[in-house]
Amino acid sequence: MADLRELYQEIILEHSKTPRNFRPMEGANRQAEGYNPLCGDHYTIFMDVADESIRDISFQGSGCAISKASASMMSQALKGKTRQQAEELFEQFHRVVTGEPGSDTSALGKLEIFAGVANFPTRIKCATLAWHTLQAALRGEQVASTE
Amino acid sequence: MSAATAEVVAGFDVKKVRADFPILSRKVHGLPLVYLDNAATTQKPRAVIDTLTRYYTEENANIHRGVHQLSQIATDAHDAARRTVQRFLNAADPAEIIFTRGATESINLVAQTYGRTHVGAGDEVVITAMEHHSNIVPWQILCEEKGARLRIAPINDAGELLLDEFEALLNAKTKLVGVAHISNALGTVNPIARIVEIAHSKGIPVLVDGAQSVPHLPVDVQALGCDFYAFSGHKIYGPTGIGVLYGKRALLEAMPPWQGGGDMIRSVTFEKTLYNQLPYKFEAGTPDIAGAIGLGAALDYLSGIGIENALAHEHALLEYGTKALEAIPGLRLIGTAKEKAGVLSFVMENIHPHDIGTILDQQGIAIRTGHHCAQPLMHRFGIPATARASLAVYNTTADLDALVGGIHKLKEVFA
Repeated sequence: MADLRELYQEIILEHSKTPRNFRPMEGANRQAEGYNPLCGDHYTIFMDVADESIRDISFQGSGCAISKASASMMSQALKGKTRQQAEELFEQFHRVVTGEPGSDTSALGKLEIFAGVANFPTRIKCATLAWHTLQAALRGEQVASTE
Repeated sequence: MSAATAEVVAGFDVKKVRADFPILSRKVHGLPLVYLDNAATTQKPRAVIDTLTRYYTEENANIHRGVHQLSQIATDAHDAARRTVQRFLNAADPAEIIFTRGATESINLVAQTYGRTHVGAGDEVVITAMEHHSNIVPWQILCEEKGARLRIAPINDAGELLLDEFEALLNAKTKLVGVAHISNALGTVNPIARIVEIAHSKGIPVLVDGAQSVPHLPVDVQALGCDFYAFSGHKIYGPTGIGVLYGKRALLEAMPPWQGGGDMIRSVTFEKTLYNQLPYKFEAGTPDIAGAIGLGAALDYLSGIGIENALAHEHALLEYGTKALEAIPGLRLIGTAKEKAGVLSFVMENIHPHDIGTILDQQGIAIRTGHHCAQPLMHRFGIPATARASLAVYNTTADLDALVGGIHKLKEVFA
């Protein structure tokens, strides 16, 4: 059960219960839907991007505690960041949650609490669904899937 | 295990059954395995494992080919397995038993042969709202190709098929009915004999997806009267990669072959090929010989226990588990049909099924979480997914007690 507490940290549970930026966005100029076909998780990410900068970001949808907390904390981390910074952060985040050797949590800030996901291989896609969806939205694709 | 179930089914000793399944004594995350994911796949008894080992150790050869002794032994064993399946389903003729890769392939075979010859533009295929994707998508592919229409018979909130509405869907354009005998996600047992009677009164053949039923209740295809019946070996204590399509001989005879290749032919020239007789016409290429023999061993094993005993034992567990889960605040059972098999599908307030699955897994408890390959059914209930505990002949009340204990623990994590 010790591992479980590493996965379900207080901050993660708190974000899953009261997700931040959990709303639709009128006038969003970037939007994509993300699915995990294995478990039915489904989110829509909305963004207002101008001059390569994410001025606002929000999301809606349903899924497990990990996926919802990840979307919530991602939205907080990315507000005001540039597209380039967002892509780089995803790359770091992906390395950490997949437990890639030599991955560095220092650049992740608060998102480093997702490092425990690496011990639960079946849950990595939960943690990355919102990020894949974000990437699709930034690249002008409308649908992202973890499969 | 408590005395409760031991007393319920006279002459059935679950301890002895458990001892037949080596994997049940292993640990998961350092804890004893509590395996409640039987609707996904069942564990294998020693008899099946030993049969596979013996086949590859002593009997392996290709079938229907060699004049040498091993080929004859393998062919005989393969034929015997087919007759075992025939007896198990009470089919009239071993030629009505086609070996496939599983229930999914069996349904695709019917869609691609019977379906492609009998379903045309404007025709209709009727299925139910509780089907597994394997009894939806093959018909969608067919209907799209032919310009036909797939129609869905609705269910009520308990997860029971609305027979009147089903009957009202059938008309002169309906060319086939496809229905699950038992719903994998809800456990609902459909009244197949009645469904067949209604469909046949309008001249419509019926395919039954028996993936969840053959392992858990006695199936007599002649008594049911269905035209096609599909099931998978791995859900009935047999190996993966082997399954069965039963079809009425007259229908199978009239159907074109599906895949072409060796074994399914009588003679081949570049101008004209004559197809082999049943069942070989539908079994192109070297089949899963070991799988078929292993399936035969699994059916023999289950017959040894007695399918009626298995049914009674699992039903007692279902009642025990239903009561125990219903008593948990914030838990809602999905699928509450009067006629139900050993499936306990549930959702919990504020806890997603995926999180339920992970937390139970940490306690050694294996259940399935997700949409159970029945996404339209999940939409029907307005939920993205469920957690599902599903029973088999080796489960005990102690397994269900562990499940309930695990659920209380997950409520602690999410408190």
